[in-house]
Amino acid sequence: MQANTLSGGFADPATQSAHAFRSVMEAMARPGTIQDIEGAAPPAPLSPAMGAVLLTLCDTETPIYLAGDMDCEAARAWLAFHTGAPFVGPAQCMFAVGKWDALAPLAVYPIGTSEYPDRSATLIVECSELAAGATLTGPGIKDQATLSLPEVEAFQANRTQFPLGLDFIFTCGERLAALPRSTEVSRSSSEAIAQVGAS
Amino acid sequence: MTEYNFAYLDEQTKRMIRRAILKGLAIPGYQVPFASREMPMPYGWGTGGVQVSAAVLTPKDTFKVIDQGADDTTNAVSIRTFFQRTAGVATTTATSDATVIQTRHRIPEEPLHEGQILVYQVPIPEPLRFLEPRESETRKMHSLEEYGLMHVKLYEDISRHGHIATSYAYPVKVEGRYVMDPSPIPKFDNPKLGDMAAIQLFGAGREQRIYALPPYTQVVSLDFEDHPFEASKADHPCGMCGATDSYLDELIIDDAGGRMFVCSDTDYCEARQATGHKGKDAA
Repeated sequence: MQANTLSGGFADPATQSAHAFRSVMEAMARPGTIQDIEGAAPPAPLSPAMGAVLLTLCDTETPIYLAGDMDCEAARAWLAFHTGAPFVGPAQCMFAVGKWDALAPLAVYPIGTSEYPDRSATLIVECSELAAGATLTGPGIKDQATLSLPEVEAFQANRTQFPLGLDFIFTCGERLAALPRSTEVSRSSSEAIAQVGAS
Repeated sequence: MTEYNFAYLDEQTKRMIRRAILKGLAIPGYQVPFASREMPMPYGWGTGGVQVSAAVLTPKDTFKVIDQGADDTTNAVSIRTFFQRTAGVATTTATSDATVIQTRHRIPEEPLHEGQILVYQVPIPEPLRFLEPRESETRKMHSLEEYGLMHVKLYEDISRHGHIATSYAYPVKVEGRYVMDPSPIPKFDNPKLGDMAAIQLFGAGREQRIYALPPYTQVVSLDFEDHPFEASKADHPCGMCGATDSYLDELIIDDAGGRMFVCSDTDYCEARQATGHKGKDAA
């Protein structure tokens, strides 16, 4: 337990977090692309990708909300030791961590203010798979991209709040993808083509 | 190498900058406040760009720095050497070989590709600043999409000069939402901002702002139906390489008012000369 808590961080924080950040940034800049991320070995239920994202972005200045199963002693102790981040409820968090169902409802997370839309939460969602799926269009995407999402409606509703809204990082094993608030999501490619034709 | 943390900045500072970059990418064109640090160079020498570069560089990167298109000016050389020493990264002057390019006031002539990152040094990130000095007001104007004043400014240009006289730092609208200052690049470069394959990051050190354009973002230069935006350049070929499609610097070469025009992008010009292109002033 103790050993588990103290191990599993970046062995070489400066360069490993630099590589990890580039994966996160590429994912956020190019929604729908799936990036490899490595270097962290957190205790279950945190995945290696989840651990690496948290080590790269979180510290004492970033309140974290652990949702559902993620709110366990192993995860709390590991994050407390390696990041020092305070744990808070969903309404005060900067980063939320959990499986999709546990993170709901989305309405409680901060979405920023019209003058400071950046003061909004980033939800890091642990997924069982990352693959093709819903159709994505918007900044960062040439023509269109595709990504498996837990659902479609929530992301469409999030998009309507732009420039306010939530940003999402999806982690699975040692891979991640991201969906910023600027991305338009539709169920299938035929639906997306109909939308473009209509506008 | 052991005297500094990798890429000079401490890890907590890099995390703070990295979080700002991610929010900037999620809200294209919006200026994210960040806690800019003192850097070992004066404000105005690219401290914003340097901090953004420090946050994105990995040891595997190949780094290029340009100042007004040139790889060999004091500012470019010193920033390139800075990261060579503190991050141990490889450096280059060839646009296509670089993975991270820090720039002051130009976009390279050669189209950038996916996998590249262009980092801009920005002096005044707020496009509305010279129209409205109060930060509290400009922030409100962005939140309300109240950009009429900017159009009035461009209109006053037309009424005074007969055309839009703004020739650099020409304001753009990003994805139909935020009006953004593209940093003082010549308006010749504005059409390259939109639909670019590379990630574009903007850092303003003194003003403590970071903003970003993800790849393939829609960027439109503000204009009027009867006075459409025009990307202009000096109407000459390059004196050294003969290029007619590149942005030119005008050089005074003697006391009699003699002058020549040469590419501002030194890498572009040298690469053309190496393949046998010759302008009228080439030796």
